[in-house]
Amino acid sequence: MAVGAEKLVGTLRKPREETGLWSWLTTVDHKRIGILYLATGFAFFLMGAVEALLIRLQLARPGGGVLSAQTYNQVLTMHGTTMIFLAAMPLIAGFFNYMMPILIGARDVAFPRMNALSYWLFLAGGIILNSSWFLGGAPAAGWFNYANLSGPQFSPGRGIDFYLLGLQVSGIGTLVSAINFIVTILNLRAPGMRLMDMPPFAWATLFTSAIILFALPPFTAGMILLMFDRWFGTGFFVPSAGGDVVLWQHLFWIFGHPEVYILALPAYGIISEVIPTFSRKPFFGYTSMVIALTAISGLSFLVWVHHMFTVGLGPWVNTLFAITTKAISVPTGILMFNWIATMWGGDLRFTTALHYAVGFLVVFTIGGLSGIVNATSALNPQLQDTYWVVGHFHYVAIGGVLFSLLAGLCYWWPKITGRLLDERLGRRSFWLVFIGFNLIFFPFHILGVLGMPRRIYTYAPELGLSVWNAVATAGAFVMGTGILLLAYNLVTSLVRGQPAGADPWDGRTLEWSIPSPPPVYNFARLPLVRGRDAFWLEKRSGGGTMQPAPEEEHGHAGGGHGKGGHGHAIHMPSPSYMPAVVALGLTVASYGGIFRSLLVALIGLAILAFGIFGWIFEDDSGYLLELEEDVA
Amino acid sequence: MTIGSAARPLREAVTPHRAPAPLENVKFGFWLFLASECLFFASLVGTYLALHGRSLTGPFPQDVFNIPLTTVSSFVLLTSSLTMVLAVAAIQHGDVAAMKRWLAVTAFLGLVFLGFQAYEFTEFVHEGLTLRTNVFGASFYTLTGFHGAHVAIGVIWLVTLLLHALRGGITRDKATAVEVAGLYWHFVDVVWIVIFTVVYLLEFAR
Ligand code: HEM
Ligand SMILES: [Cu+2]
Repeated sequence: MAVGAEKLVGTLRKPREETGLWSWLTTVDHKRIGILYLATGFAFFLMGAVEALLIRLQLARPGGGVLSAQTYNQVLTMHGTTMIFLAAMPLIAGFFNYMMPILIGARDVAFPRMNALSYWLFLAGGIILNSSWFLGGAPAAGWFNYANLSGPQFSPGRGIDFYLLGLQVSGIGTLVSAINFIVTILNLRAPGMRLMDMPPFAWATLFTSAIILFALPPFTAGMILLMFDRWFGTGFFVPSAGGDVVLWQHLFWIFGHPEVYILALPAYGIISEVIPTFSRKPFFGYTSMVIALTAISGLSFLVWVHHMFTVGLGPWVNTLFAITTKAISVPTGILMFNWIATMWGGDLRFTTALHYAVGFLVVFTIGGLSGIVNATSALNPQLQDTYWVVGHFHYVAIGGVLFSLLAGLCYWWPKITGRLLDERLGRRSFWLVFIGFNLIFFPFHILGVLGMPRRIYTYAPELGLSVWNAVATAGAFVMGTGILLLAYNLVTSLVRGQPAGADPWDGRTLEWSIPSPPPVYNFARLPLVRGRDAFWLEKRSGGGTMQPAPEEEHGHAGGGHGKGGHGHAIHMPSPSYMPAVVALGLTVASYGGIFRSLLVALIGLAILAFGIFGWIFEDDSGYLLELEEDVA
Repeated sequence: MTIGSAARPLREAVTPHRAPAPLENVKFGFWLFLASECLFFASLVGTYLALHGRSLTGPFPQDVFNIPLTTVSSFVLLTSSLTMVLAVAAIQHGDVAAMKRWLAVTAFLGLVFLGFQAYEFTEFVHEGLTLRTNVFGASFYTLTGFHGAHVAIGVIWLVTLLLHALRGGITRDKATAVEVAGLYWHFVDVVWIVIFTVVYLLEFAR
């Protein structure tokens, strides 16, 4: 048996395939992991969108009968949870993974295997969460999962367990990838690139990762406490036992508000790449951008109580947090000025990507303004838990996150696939998305002021809410059509798009200096960076191409480093099964927890231990990739 | 139209080589991990404090805490930080034999601490305090239990390193592996100092 195990480890240890399913399972290449994140995130986005359509169909007319009340709660909860944790964050992670290392001139991230682990944990969490539909019912306590609605007394089924374990598993992955990106950015920048030479997107990655690092643990702790309430009958959130339901709200929103910036900062980063490129101007006010991002990251931890104005913490607390909340609009305003000033007097090219970027500016501004209204602690009791708030956060979440992600997608698509998108089709789908979006969510503000509460599954005809609800539902179909048109555009581009070439947009940053799609090692020779907007600089006043940095003698640079001397070889990390095995172990163990089966949990832990020790003892130092002599 | 950065001169003095990173990747990454662990424990300590005095039924902290006993176990754990320092210093000087010795001692002290904790928990249960008795029991066992689990993982880690070293796998150039384990061990100790102060000692100062 021992021999058998050893053989098994032996075959597992050396995954060598470069194509096919196995190569994707074992890849440690940040670009492939990025593609996995993007594809999986998009799939979850479509699921969240279908859930949104179901919600809108149910609310299209008064007394709608599409969903039962309980199903509605489940669909609503899964819509929010899916959109935030399984669509927005992974899509962002996809861009981080694919683009950020290239933008800073690195060959890979600092910990390639950990990076693969992050992806598999995210996928595992997504599967755990969504399997709840078939294995006993989805969670129904909202994406914020308030205790003690989510406690054993009011949510006796298994739904909440799926929520808790799914999010903890994917949360570990998120934390690992945050650590990975911080180390990568601070330790692996191309020779010559100072911090203040980094493209804005790299800054956004850095700050987002820092926020994740500090915001996620309180949420994890809260989920563990709730798990104990549900499994072991502790009373953390049970008032009759001396527990405290507001404690959950604190632990959740200490995470939940920074989460908004975990989603928003990458959006800012993408917009800050797209706008200068299509304005053919350098980013206006770079230093103020860095300061603004720093301020936002810090302040994001000081505002969580604005989700709890109506809890009764007292006027002083509320006022204090109203002020910190409004303070965030100052650095955000600075960024707005940066973007507008960058476009001002620029040589604008209205590509699809720039359409989405400008759409972002418009929509995000509206969302920000309605947020200021929310943050007025005297108005808040009127608006809290009405459709006003739903309108506000969708203007920010879709306006901010979705529009900028689509801007990034259209901008970087040629780099990732080597093919251009059909611009005319792209602009058409933009207009459908933009108009549909406003048709859905602008009426939400009106509905909110009219007093329509959120999280209701139906309403009476005499309330006067019918017209605007019907408009919103019609808008959902317009927007859905736009998204489908976009998907069609992507697919046809893959099949018969025009070849893009290395630098279709006359770009500024390093990714445009390498072929599309980039080779596994990104840079045949690490580029020498001689200032901000490195590639643009070389095109305008240097030799036109990036100069290679002098080869390094030694020093292990994460994803690899050039070997000195004549024969040009690049050090690459080996692929590995172990990240996927570790994630599998945690998944099985989670099902053990959900179904209260010690046996299944132990099997999961055994797989986990096998994965961890296999990982450690695999101890593979990678391989050398020989390149032709004259590539530069 | 402005050309922007093209107007700027290329920066002259560029360090051709990648400046050596001030902190190796692995150590840096691990520091970041510990930073997030700090917030995790802070949340549990915060929960303990938030629910302090809210228990409706006993036993209450004052009824069960045995300060002399916990002082001894705390002392054992602090001593293990010292022996861990000695292990790290030994490997940095290339003295593998000494490193093995100190690793063994550290792991042993960690086990002794866990033994104390097991004894303490059984005593408390005998006095009627369980996870479900009251919110003091819930938050106390959760906080100290998670700390204990961290110590246990640390012991497994040290033993793994020791076994690896016995098979000749750890030499001077692998010192980082021991240093990272050391960071973790000190972190777990520091967390205990906080817990001992906030949970045990302040109980009698209030
Ligand atoms: C694609 C079009 C979308 C439509 C039509 C839509 C529609 C809705 C509707 C009608 C609700 C119910 C509000 C309530 O009753 O409280 C809702 C809730 C929510 N949506 Fe969306 N949504 C969309 C996209 C998104 C996106 C992209 C995100 C995040 C990135 C998001 C995040 C949320 C959250 C967090 C909730 C609250 C869920 C809860 O209360 O548990 N939505 N959405
Ligand atoms: Cu907030």
